[in-house]
This record gives sequence, C-alpha cells and structure tokens, in this order.
Amino acid sequence: MSLYFTKEHEWIRVEGDVATVGISDHAQQALGDIVFAEVPDAGRSLAKGDDAAVVESVKAASDVYAPVAGEVVEGNGALADDPSLINRDPEGEGWFFKLKLADESELAGLMSEADYREWVKTL
Amino acid sequence: MTESTDNLATLPLDGWHRARGARMVPFAGYDMAVQYEGIMAEHLWTRNHAGLFDVSHMGQLLLTGTGVAEALETLLPGDIIGLKPGRIRYSLLLDDKGGVIDDLMVTNVTPEGGDEAYYMVVNGATKYGDIADLEERLPARVKLEHLTDRALLALQGPEAAAVIDSLFPGVGDALSFMQGTSRDWEGVALGFGRSGYTGEDGFELSVPATHAEKLANLLIADQRVRPIGLGARDSLRLEAGLPLYGHDLDCDTTPVMAGLTFAIAKRRREQGGFAGAERILGQLADGPPQKRVGLLVEGRQPVREGALVLDREGNEIGRVTSGGHSPSLGRPIAMAYVATALAEEGTALTLEQRGKLFQASVTPMPFVPHRYHRKQGAA
Repeated sequence: MSLYFTKEHEWIRVEGDVATVGISDHAQQALGDIVFAEVPDAGRSLAKGDDAAVVESVKAASDVYAPVAGEVVEGNGALADDPSLINRDPEGEGWFFKLKLADESELAGLMSEADYREWVKTL
Repeated sequence: MTESTDNLATLPLDGWHRARGARMVPFAGYDMAVQYEGIMAEHLWTRNHAGLFDVSHMGQLLLTGTGVAEALETLLPGDIIGLKPGRIRYSLLLDDKGGVIDDLMVTNVTPEGGDEAYYMVVNGATKYGDIADLEERLPARVKLEHLTDRALLALQGPEAAAVIDSLFPGVGDALSFMQGTSRDWEGVALGFGRSGYTGEDGFELSVPATHAEKLANLLIADQRVRPIGLGARDSLRLEAGLPLYGHDLDCDTTPVMAGLTFAIAKRRREQGGFAGAERILGQLADGPPQKRVGLLVEGRQPVREGALVLDREGNEIGRVTSGGHSPSLGRPIAMAYVATALAEEGTALTLEQRGKLFQASVTPMPFVPHRYHRKQGAA
C-alpha cells in the first residue's frame, strides 16, 4: 500500500490496481466546516486532472480533481449524509471515491507523503 | 471583490486576534479575523450566548454644524430631523437616481443643551467613497469628521445584555433596540448603541483605539463571551435576512427593490426632497420591477452569490446575491432579486449554479426570527 499526495491537496492510497482518493488534513483545515460533498458515481471515467468531486464549506466551494486517470468503482455514500466526516477523519473515513487505475505510471508524478507533509509546512 | 494584499492597513485589535489564533484574511483593505475555532461553532455560540465581533473596519463619522439633520435629509430617506437625542436609525445614502451608495446607522448624539451632532457608522469597504460623497453633496456648514482613532466592537447574542449590565451597570436598562448612550470608562468616552447585524439582541461599542484591547479583554473575561470572526457574522446576517452592501445592495438597487421601505419615513414619503425621491416614490406607488426575496433551497448544497434564477422556460429572471449554509437551520438559504411577479411567498423557482439546477421556494425573511430588545410600548 502506498500513499501519495498532489499539490492540490488530494491524497491517493493505492492498493493493487485500485486507488482511494480524498483531501488532506491540511485541506480540510483550510476549508473549515464542511457542509456538503458530492462524489462521482461508479462507472464514471476520469482523466487525470478532471473535476471529480465537489466539497463545500460554510465559506466556499472547491473542486476535487482526479490525481490520476481511471474508472470510478465507488463513491463514498456516507459523505452525503454526514459531510463533516471529511473534517473529522479526512485521510480515513472521509475518503471521496475509489478508482481503478488506468495507468500506474502516473503515480510517479505525485508527491510522497513525507515530501507533502514537509511542503505544506511552507505554505 | 478583488482584494490586493499590498498596502493592507492594520486595525487596533490585529495583534489581539492573532494572539487568539484567528485566521486572518484581507477584507476592505485590512487584515481581518475571519474565524477562530470555526464558523459553525462561532455562529451557534452567538445565537446561544454572546459573540464579540471586531468591526473596526467600519467607518465612524461625526457630523456637526447648524442644520445637519436637514442637510442629511437631502441624501437619506429617513426621518433625521425627528430623530431624538439617543436614538439610532438605519438609513441609506442615496444617489440622484435613488440607487443605494451605502447603508448605515445614524445616532443623534447631540448633548443636552449642546450643538446638534450625529454619529454615523458606514460600511468599511465604502467608507472613503461615502466620505467623499458626503463632503461633495453636503453644504459647507456641515463639518464631517472621520473618527479614525476609534475602534468598534459588537457584542451580540441572547446573553449580551446581561454581560453589558454586569460590566457597565445600568447601560442595558437605559437602552432599548436602536437607542444609544455613552459612559466614561477608564478615563475615555465609551459609546454604546443597542443594535447589530446578526438578528440577535446586542450592542455596538465605540472605543478609542488606545483602549480597544483593554475593552476586548474585559468582555471576553466573561465566560459567556467568545470572539467571533467575520465568517460567522456573514452567516448570522444572512439568517437574519439583512442585506449586505456590495452584494444585496448597490447603486443599481433602490430601497424599494431591496425591501427596505421601512427606512423611508412616512413624512419623507409625503414630502419627498431626498436624492432619487422621484424614482423611489414612483416605485412605492406602482411597485418596483424587481424585489429582494428569501429562498429556501432544496437539498444540502449551498447556492451562492452569482447563481442564476430561472423561470419555467429557463430564462434568467434574477440572480442570487447572498447564499450559503444556514448553521441554525442546517440547510441552504439564499437571497435573490427576482421579477416582482415572482416574489410571492411560496413561488417555486429554479436556480442554476455551475451548470447544475436547484429547486427553491420564496420564503419570508428573516429565516431565523429576530430577537431585538424592544421595550413594551416603545416605537
């Protein structure tokens, strides 16, 4: 299992050829109280960088991008009823969607966990 | 609004906010505290206890000189001549077409037996424009002073009066909603007005900048008081159905369109004589082309400023001017301008935001009832 991050503050956890995607703890803190999340339906095909999900705090709306290309295998249905899961457990239960990787080589372009944690300290 | 991060001025409580962990954002030319522990918690704290807001970015003006009230009545549609000492009125600075240059609060601060004087609080983002406009359009005999050496704090919520009474005995008793007074405190003059922009009972306190931290510390030493950022101020005023200048109000809107006809005094309706009176009185008689309405939005997703309001055929018939999640109601709410024929309570409307459609219905405002402190029998 490997964990990667993007500069847009998504995380991606890869197990076999399926990746789980969410937003980082840093991102949820910056957004503040999250009141709404919309996740993609299973079967949707995403190119790297596509708008994949929407997350809204009391303050503002943000897009969540697909860190890599793939087909969505599951959206996190729990977020519709309780979007505050993203605040409480952003890198766990507050995941957004799972996708089947189209091209594993895209992972090489992402940040490692250690690099990301160091980088966000500089923001 | 685009904000430059250059040349940000510093308000008297800047360091005080930072020391308490506030997240600061640029607004109206200043670094401002947007939140402390979180907008939701701060919002609900204010609805249940007492929230302390730093609104020092707002413009505090003092207008003096013979005939100030008459002069102000040429620009504002309120009854300023009839405003008694110690009384506050919400009013609007109008342009010659009846458009709203700013909304504001005027207090008659004429001392007993002294020369007439009016204290005015205007919006932070518009204050320099307001001052230039007032200086241009008011006669030279009126002296306008911008009180840049004062900070402004607001204490809002159901426990605000008890807090004020414990610290400044008698002030709460002395004041009903829209009344003001002043007290000597620590050797300086502290101005109190019982008003605010959250829909809750509350007080605004004008204090010399030199004493702002001391006053803020005194207030938050009370367990019922917590500092609240501008984020919650916005969600509170939206629930209260109160328009925000630059969003729900601007030069393209008249007080009649905005649903602020209560600010046009009866005598002024009969006599006119204020800027834009012809158009405004015409709209009062015949109805405005558009009206500001409250909307309950179905679902959970907030619909925000800029979303389109569509009729059944999909034609744009208005725009959302404020919108978001209501922490008290746990649902999205919004304000919009729509054609008057569609402003009736219960009218079903469609909203469009980023290509997605939302169903909404027109609902009376406020969304959350006001809890102002009005004394029995008081006007």
